[in-house]
Amino acid sequence: MFSDPHAGYIIAAYAISAVTVVALVAWIWADYGVQRRLLHELEARGVRRRSEKAHGGQK
Amino acid sequence: MGVMSETVSSPSGGIWALANPTRFLGFISKLLPWMIGATVLLFVVGLYMSFFYAPADYQQGNTVRIMYIHVPAAWLAMFGYTMMSISSVGLLVWKHPLADVSAKSAAPIGAAFTFLALITGSIWGKPMWGTWWEWDARLTSVLILFIMYLGLIALWRSIEDPIRAGKAAAILVLVGFINIPIIKFSVEWWNTLHQPASVMRMDGPTIHPSILIPLLVMAVAFTFLFVTLHLMAMRNEILRRRIRTLRMIEASSGPH
Repeated sequence: MFSDPHAGYIIAAYAISAVTVVALVAWIWADYGVQRRLLHELEARGVRRRSEKAHGGQK
Repeated sequence: MGVMSETVSSPSGGIWALANPTRFLGFISKLLPWMIGATVLLFVVGLYMSFFYAPADYQQGNTVRIMYIHVPAAWLAMFGYTMMSISSVGLLVWKHPLADVSAKSAAPIGAAFTFLALITGSIWGKPMWGTWWEWDARLTSVLILFIMYLGLIALWRSIEDPIRAGKAAAILVLVGFINIPIIKFSVEWWNTLHQPASVMRMDGPTIHPSILIPLLVMAVAFTFLFVTLHLMAMRNEILRRRIRTLRMIEASSGPH
């Protein structure tokens, strides 16, 4: 395949796709980390939702 | 007050049980490891078949292998928007608490797949058509889809209240859905450089199984990737709204 006259196009298409997918996964995963940290900070300060207060502060 | 309800009372079981965001988070936690495993496995098989099982095309040579990412990306670009449209109906008609979360979370993923369809199509077009881009019906309608995705992401981000943002975006999503059949049938309605449909046809696929099977495996792999990322993004959005609720509770209860 690498001897194909258009090998550069094929490699470029797959490489750009791989980078885009990896970037998307990394962005969503990093966002999860941020949201979890912010939630833990709020809970550590004792902030609770009404539904949780109704259950004795249990999550 | 503009805060997503976290205490939805739901009829027994089924999909309505998942309407409760807390239950939905539990469901995602259980499902995600399986979805990630299946996605990786499907991509390993799909990529192997794309490069080693599928033959080179007698006219296009190995360049045809770009199809195994281009076509699934284009399908998923439309799938993403269709899912956003269904979610928007769910929000506007049934006021399902997760419908807006679903629509908003799908937008960046759909935009990424549309970007991939455009860029891989362009890279494929240069050696086969002799041009990176042509303002024809298929290419232009997909570019419009990409711009619509970006516009919707901007709309969601520009309105602070998620309920108000969700309603405005849902209406715009449904108006924009007209573009999906236009993309699908653009190759039949207008003269275009792009080839007509060869898989999703009323009279069945017209391509050989040695090409069709790897393409379908890659399409399933892309679908699993989309659904997995969508579930992860929905989890993030539920947490983001929960944080917003907690901050409002904290602000209204004054300094500690």
